[in-house]
Amino acid sequence: MQISDSLLLSLVGVSVVFIALVALIAVIKVITALFTRKESAPAVPVTAPVPAVPVIEMVPAVGSSGELDLYEVDDYTAALIMAIVADNLKVPLNTLRFKSIRLIEEDN
Amino acid sequence: MNIGEIIQRLWLDSGFVQIFSHWENAVMIVIACILLYLAIVRGFEPLLLMGIAFGMLLANLPLSGMMHMEFFSGKSMAEINFSQILREGGLLDILYLGVKLNIYPCLIFMGIGAMTDFGPMLSRPSSILLGAAAQLGVYCAFILAIVFGFGGHEAASIGIIGGADGPTAIFLTSKLAPHLLGPIAVAAYSYMALIPLIQPPIMKALTTKKEREIVMTQTKPVPKTTKIVFPIAVTIFCILLLPDVAPLIGSFMLGNLFRESGVVERLSDTTQNALLNIVTIFLSITVGATSVGYIAKEIAVDGTVIDATNVGFLSFNTILIIFLGLFAFSFSTVGGVLFGKIMCWATKGKVNPLIGSAGVSAVPMAARVSQNVGAKYNPSNYLLMHAMGPNVAGVIGSAVAAGFLLSVGKVLGWV
Repeated sequence: MQISDSLLLSLVGVSVVFIALVALIAVIKVITALFTRKESAPAVPVTAPVPAVPVIEMVPAVGSSGELDLYEVDDYTAALIMAIVADNLKVPLNTLRFKSIRLIEEDN
Repeated sequence: MNIGEIIQRLWLDSGFVQIFSHWENAVMIVIACILLYLAIVRGFEPLLLMGIAFGMLLANLPLSGMMHMEFFSGKSMAEINFSQILREGGLLDILYLGVKLNIYPCLIFMGIGAMTDFGPMLSRPSSILLGAAAQLGVYCAFILAIVFGFGGHEAASIGIIGGADGPTAIFLTSKLAPHLLGPIAVAAYSYMALIPLIQPPIMKALTTKKEREIVMTQTKPVPKTTKIVFPIAVTIFCILLLPDVAPLIGSFMLGNLFRESGVVERLSDTTQNALLNIVTIFLSITVGATSVGYIAKEIAVDGTVIDATNVGFLSFNTILIIFLGLFAFSFSTVGGVLFGKIMCWATKGKVNPLIGSAGVSAVPMAARVSQNVGAKYNPSNYLLMHAMGPNVAGVIGSAVAAGFLLSVGKVLGWV
């Protein structure tokens, strides 16, 4: 194979990868739009409507704030713990404030 | 009974005498011990490297009879004598069939799919582009391999090392250039183990301190239904686009569907733990066993050496492949980080370019490297989840790149 052929082939190859993954983005957008709308669609009320309660919208803090004290816990484990807590609570991580993470007991 | 003669015979039949007949095997034993040291003492990807190193050790110990590379070396699938392997092969010969028949790469992909959370990628779809940009090294190494005189099929197999995806490299190489499987697999897995050493200097060289300190905001959680539909949609789309990639993408997405569907908890658990661990043992030990220092070029069925030219691991081509693999890995990292910089600029500083390096696949180690380098410059910055997006996109990207090269191979008659 000539070098010029390999250059051309590489150009086409890079383009194919980009086109495939851009198309994948489009597929994700469609799926997300489809199912987010479906899941967030309001259910039909079966009981009498209750008076509206003012909803306090949670505004995410910009970036991180404050200090986090780690006791016998490395940064990586701390990041995992914080991500798991945020995931379980279904809230963005930067709306939570962690003061300290401490290892209580180590498995043997 | 002559005891002296028996002892002399035992000595002559032992491996101690044989080991000096081919110095290449002795060198490979030393290399295997160094790799074992790196895996055990330095902790370089021990799950893979220990098996690779021990397989290398076993295959190079003379007269062990566990691996006969002459059964496979330089032969196409049609030329391999499977019945001879089953009759006369050692343990590693039999296990190696899983590599030759592309069973292990697909099962590994199924396990990785079951372990992969596409959530970070689905919540920030633009991060997929980083997974595409980080395939740059595949094509740069392909061109360079052609410059060095490799054939198109060999250059494509060498280039895919840049995808930083061991199973994909094995999958493509066993189809396009099976004679290079040993060095390519060893290079791919060794560099994956060395990612924490290879990537950080490139990441630091290409980014400013200000860019490395960028804190990325948390993205929205992804609905469960989206996570279930995604593997099905990707399977349909990718296999329609590149049918050759069906075994890899199909296995990967089936594993992910096990995980996300929530109705086959037992299968998901088995796939991401027991199955993945078992296949990892088989794959790593047999990949290592392909690195035999000396293999005669031509051996008759009865074992007589016809052409003693060494076509084993220790050849100039292997050194070139190791070099090109490093080049491919480095350029893939460069592609990801540079595209990360473009995204940083386009989003007015909302994307930390360090997550671009995670686009080289190698899940989750490349994402961990992004996290570690980011945290070094801003200890309160947690890039791990953001880097997982390009990281899993890189797996799809490298599979697409492999599918493209395989399709080209069919058109140009490489297969």
